[in-house]
Amino acid sequence: MLEKIVIANRGEIALRVLRSCQALGIKTVAVHSTVDRNLKHVAMADESVCIGPPAPRDSYLNIPAIIAAAEVTDAQGIHPGYGFLSENADFAERVEESGFVFIGPRPETIRLMGDKVSAINAMKEAGVPCVPGSGKPLDDNATESARIAKEIGYPVIIKASGGGGGRGMRVVHTEMALLNAVAMTRAEAKSAFNNDQVYLEKYLETPRHIEIQVLADSFGNVIHLGERDCSMQRRHQKVIEEAPAPGISEKQRAEIGEVCVAACKRIGYRGAGTFEFLYERGRFYFIEMNTRIQVEHPVTEMVTGVDLVTEQIRVASGEKLRYKQSDIVLRGHAIECRINAEDPVNFTPSPGLVSRYHAPGGPGIRMETHLYDGYRIPPNYDAMIAKVIAHGADRATAIARMRVALSELVIEGIKSNIPLQQQNMLDQMFQLGGFNIHYLERRLAEARKS
Amino acid sequence: MAMDIRKIKKLIELLEESNLAELEIKEGEETIRLSRWPTNLPMPSAAPSAQNIQFGQAGPTSAPMYHAGGNAPAPISAPAEPAIEGTMVRSPMVGTYYAASAPGAPSFVKVGQQVKVGDTLGIIEAMKMFNPIECEVAGTIVKIFVENGQPVEFDEPLVVVQ
Repeated sequence: MLEKIVIANRGEIALRVLRSCQALGIKTVAVHSTVDRNLKHVAMADESVCIGPPAPRDSYLNIPAIIAAAEVTDAQGIHPGYGFLSENADFAERVEESGFVFIGPRPETIRLMGDKVSAINAMKEAGVPCVPGSGKPLDDNATESARIAKEIGYPVIIKASGGGGGRGMRVVHTEMALLNAVAMTRAEAKSAFNNDQVYLEKYLETPRHIEIQVLADSFGNVIHLGERDCSMQRRHQKVIEEAPAPGISEKQRAEIGEVCVAACKRIGYRGAGTFEFLYERGRFYFIEMNTRIQVEHPVTEMVTGVDLVTEQIRVASGEKLRYKQSDIVLRGHAIECRINAEDPVNFTPSPGLVSRYHAPGGPGIRMETHLYDGYRIPPNYDAMIAKVIAHGADRATAIARMRVALSELVIEGIKSNIPLQQQNMLDQMFQLGGFNIHYLERRLAEARKS
Repeated sequence: MAMDIRKIKKLIELLEESNLAELEIKEGEETIRLSRWPTNLPMPSAAPSAQNIQFGQAGPTSAPMYHAGGNAPAPISAPAEPAIEGTMVRSPMVGTYYAASAPGAPSFVKVGQQVKVGDTLGIIEAMKMFNPIECEVAGTIVKIFVENGQPVEFDEPLVVVQ
């Protein structure tokens, strides 16, 4: 087992990783920016190293600083969390070259899945169903692009090869709009990802977002842990996630799960990962793979009883997977509501002093947050400050428990989206389940009109 | 943007002249929020004095509820220090501080020594690369916080030059 780990992240996920490390008896090094000295996990860690000023580029994205911190503390492993450098193949490579263990897949795997076009091709070869698309990046030939789009059938969506996570995308409904849209998306991609490569996909009008969690060790053992439904989204950002996905049968789960497991074995996957699909009319279409732990991992943990972060650390320590596929049984239903420091109506960020924080409790309630009374949320980072997770024997119970938990949760001093999440729990469409990824935005747009 | 640059400049001046940490103005549909977040200084509870460099634990308004792990060695960061007049030179990176160019060689600087702009104060090594730390002011070394071979973090106090 690794003896000392650098937690190369911040906020709630850093605390999550620290908790697993401490439970395993692993020493922790919290690296942080100057404004993050007051983070809860920094105070709890065995050692802390300030790695830079607030700007992520100079701190949490600062590869030399993070590796230097591992050096001066004699750490063995580095856990990248999610976001930041977690899917940066160069970082993973440099970590390994410097003699440390990167807690995640091999750098080549990260690179393969990081380029969305190569990921799709790898998945096609592995027999994973994909969205009909160009299958390769578009070149400058306008006639060719138009031909491809016509073959796919409008509407199409233009996506950045170096993008992902909902960024660098544009929908096109007619051939007339295609060329301009491609040019704009290229420019945005160049500026956001330093890579202007784009590709085309069929735009599915009413899909659900359903993803499959996998776990693999370094010995070729791979299992899947079922699916999550993340269709409640705003601007491609997930707002609510749940497991299992309403309406998915055991047979469907087993089928798509096995396809993902086979793909992992084929590419030599290691660690935790998620295959993201669009699901429409009973069919799954692969869109991308995330080669890291995800924000919404707790809902899978609640229904399977598997501690995913701990398993990541075990795998990285060279251990064999402790679970066979037959050990994975989904029990009950879990829902996660993301809590953001933002205005619940216009979504402007709301950093500042949390004058009072009070956590909900009760059966099936789990809070994942770094908040405490008097914590000051810095303006430099992501607005997500907490995740409320509710588990119940069935979906209705999970929703009811979440409703109660949200009414108990107190975060004062800043604005948060708790009111929006409360509305979501009362929303009839949400209670029915099976809504598509456009539902929430349409509902919000309707509300703005009235 | 209805608010032009001159208006914004005026608001910045207003904020700087006051003791406020944040100023938010709403004009119709548009809002501007100015926030005083000095990057190298601890979280402000009052405007820091212009003369002395104060340094110590960050977040005086939000003392963490938890202490660093009980049985564990203390964090690398320097403990709170009384204010010292002069220019504080802080570490620009994470690494190991070396006071001399080689083992056995004389230290780059000693307390009481006169330094010019550009003089080497020490070396910080990280990932097998050695980075000289150069002095940006002229004066006398009045305090050295770090020892040869000590791990340092970003912003760690190194020396004070008067």
